Amino acid sequence: MPRYRLRVNEGVLSVEADADKPLLYVLRGLGLTATKFGCGLGQCGACTIVVDGTAVQSCQMTVADVQDKAVTTLEGLGTAAKPHPLQAAFIAHQVPQCGYCTSGMIMSAAALLEKNGKPSEGEIRSALELNLCRCGSHTRVVSAVMAASGQRG
Amino acid sequence: MSASLDQARFSRRAILKGGALTVGFALTVTPGTALAQSVAGVARRTDNTQVDAYLTVNADGTVTVYCGKVDLGQGLRIAIPQIAAEELGIGVDRIKYFEGDTALTPNQGRTAGSTGIQRGGMQIRQAAATARKGLVDLAAQRLNLKPDELTAADGEVRPKAGGAGIAFAALLEGRKFDLKLDPNAPLKDPRSYTIVGKPLPRPDVAAKCLGTATYIHDLTLPDMLHARVIRPPAIGATLVSVDEDSIKDLAGVKVVRIKDFLAVVADDEWTSVRAARSLRAQWSEASNLPDQSRLTQSLREASGAAAETLVAKGAPPSPAPQDAKALTASYFWPMQSHASLGPSCAVADVSADQATIWTASQGMHDNRVTYARFLGLPLEKVRLIYLEGSGCYGMNGHEDAAADAAILSRAVGRPVRVQWSRADELGWDPKGPPQLLDLAGSVDAEGKILDWRTEMWIPQTTKGLLNIPLLGPQAAGLDNIVGLNTGLISQNGDPPYEAAHMQVVVHWLKETPLRPAPLRSPGKPANCFAVESFMDELAAAARLDPVAFRLRGLKNTRGIELVKRVAAMMKWEPRPSPGPNVGAATALGRGISYIHYKHSETLVAMGMEVAVEQASGRIKVERVSCAHDCGQIINPDGVRSQVEGSILQTISRVLMEEVKFDRARVTSVDWAGYPILRFSDVPKIEIELVDRPSEPPLGAGEAACAAVGAALANAVFDATGLRLRTVPFTPERVKAAQSGKA
Ligand code: FES
Ligand code: FES
Repeated sequence: MPRYRLRVNEGVLSVEADADKPLLYVLRGLGLTATKFGCGLGQCGACTIVVDGTAVQSCQMTVADVQDKAVTTLEGLGTAAKPHPLQAAFIAHQVPQCGYCTSGMIMSAAALLEKNGKPSEGEIRSALELNLCRCGSHTRVVSAVMAASGQRG
Repeated sequence: MSASLDQARFSRRAILKGGALTVGFALTVTPGTALAQSVAGVARRTDNTQVDAYLTVNADGTVTVYCGKVDLGQGLRIAIPQIAAEELGIGVDRIKYFEGDTALTPNQGRTAGSTGIQRGGMQIRQAAATARKGLVDLAAQRLNLKPDELTAADGEVRPKAGGAGIAFAALLEGRKFDLKLDPNAPLKDPRSYTIVGKPLPRPDVAAKCLGTATYIHDLTLPDMLHARVIRPPAIGATLVSVDEDSIKDLAGVKVVRIKDFLAVVADDEWTSVRAARSLRAQWSEASNLPDQSRLTQSLREASGAAAETLVAKGAPPSPAPQDAKALTASYFWPMQSHASLGPSCAVADVSADQATIWTASQGMHDNRVTYARFLGLPLEKVRLIYLEGSGCYGMNGHEDAAADAAILSRAVGRPVRVQWSRADELGWDPKGPPQLLDLAGSVDAEGKILDWRTEMWIPQTTKGLLNIPLLGPQAAGLDNIVGLNTGLISQNGDPPYEAAHMQVVVHWLKETPLRPAPLRSPGKPANCFAVESFMDELAAAARLDPVAFRLRGLKNTRGIELVKRVAAMMKWEPRPSPGPNVGAATALGRGISYIHYKHSETLVAMGMEVAVEQASGRIKVERVSCAHDCGQIINPDGVRSQVEGSILQTISRVLMEEVKFDRARVTSVDWAGYPILRFSDVPKIEIELVDRPSEPPLGAGEAACAAVGAALANAVFDATGLRLRTVPFTPERVKAAQSGKA
């Protein structure tokens, strides 16, 4: 099995994996289970992570695709002591219900805020259009992203 | 795969070390991995008539609450501690919390039918009241005072007149309560509440946002194997042969075949996925499903359906007044999937003489009976432990996945994790059943309902069924449950308004094309859709304003308040529907509906504003106004969150969702084939909660779902003059209605 060098959440590691193994399984196998399996088809966004500043679906990528790129998962975004503004806002707005979609939502929003510090409500909705939520947490997601970007939420 | 990494740089462990995971303040939830290896090793009193089953006072001044109902994101983990803390007289930050573990928590029934608070919570309130009375009695003896001279607060019993109190733990001195739940134990006066009614944050939310929450999907046990179950290409097909050579390139994969049950098991999850994709198996041909295009006819014509009259009141005036308008209409609600965002998953550790099963199911104690039965184990040797999954809204694939895991763990002698695929979940989760309703009625010029008849064709739940027939045990030829389970889907077939004559008849179907199960607000979204749409049809026939027409027939004062509130929220101007926008390229309209859930529980009035794009047939819900009365509110933010979810999920069901099938199998097995609501479909939502602290608390998890369909359909009618009577309201359906084909 080939060996790959990965930069995940500021850490550097080397993993051995089949070339076709989706990144999602690699990350979860490393214990980074915040990233969720929802479809494996690129249709739901539950597996969204940020690679070099862009939100991507980790079920649609392989380890080879992210060699030497900066991979961020929800675990790497912030901690209880030092949460990312999005995490703080999602907590303050009590966004998740079951929360299965939440990791992907926050990661998509994080990539958006890196490019656009003050997105409009419409821009937030379009950035999240590929992220599905079955519980209906959508309105709180939008409010939380607004709040995290310093706008009324 | 192997990894060499700097563990310290990672913010979480690869494997749970067991013990309690702290989430939020003192509330703790345990995945129980430390306790789990021995079923018999845990001895806790779980007799649900005993205070000790629900509450333990700990030496450190905390109180542990044991709840048989589970939290799937609806907020019981804070609401139940609020109830217990309030009634006992202790801060909620000193409550520890266990949920859904058959070895630790009492059997409080399935977490279903929005009963978490109204039944489960009330049992715990009674347990806490009984406990408080017991503690006060103990303190009275010690302090030589009368019980009514004492009060319980901050975890101690103290004299009302002032002076030192005695901590709960010091009163019990390590003993148990040994008290039976006392239905007469005095409850606190709601006017004195300081914890109930507050929007306290849910303890699981932070972990879900930080990525530290442990879902069933994330549970890892030592020696655990990963499995995928291979379902037949056609429902009811049998397994003819398996070609194990087809996966011989994949190292370390074991094929498990038990009769028609087929699975692959591997050390690594991805290997199990590849094996499941590559394994060649031959199945018999089967085409057991009916023609979907004729589904409504086949329900109506189903043989062996027994008719039952559910409601028969009054008589229509005879002869009917000259100005009476009489109408008939048929409504249909299709089969729908629970469509959980994460496909079902479960972990089981089963040996010859005991079983421990981790599951995200809503029915721990009921499932235990089912699993013990097909595993052939005594009940006390089977332990189910709840671990949160992706929201399931009734009964998705969780029950089946857990059965799959149990069968496989026993077969391979190691703990097994089963993960369903997207296609498994949408294809094989048990479905919300189809519902067909015929309505007939008449109204006079003043808006008095003279006659109302509802006739429904729905599958009948088999009496006494604790569960549903499970796929794994069925395929493996194990002892399985037989029957149908739909939840209580015949309720609210009659309108909550006065009528001179009212009749509801149900034709109970013995079969339904796909295995049914309760789906959020079982049956009521369809029944209320039909009833409240038909109300609108009557109003339109009599040229009456829909709000005024409802208020005329509504006698429940709480309901009247809600309808008026929603009208005010929407700045409703009285006029009949359809409105002035008929014919506009983008037609705007408004609609209203109302439900008194099960005629005895939560009350909801809902208004909607929609825009219908005539050229494309696309409906966009612009705004939803909801007034909601669930009696005493335990946690208003929790209620709000549930109402928001109910509204959005049901808009999705009404606009988009229908399970598609051919003669062999379900064909809508991914998010393209079974689309659900996206951000661009989300309307503005305004919710007004009516709190009634002196009334019993009622469910908030599903009543609002029921009101969605009719409010939406009525708004479309108001906008366009088109009456949609078949869910989902896809653009194709709107176009068909435009050309008069609906
Ligand atoms: S799991 Fe990757 S998009 Fe659904
Ligand atoms: S919160 Fe459950 S899927 Fe989004």
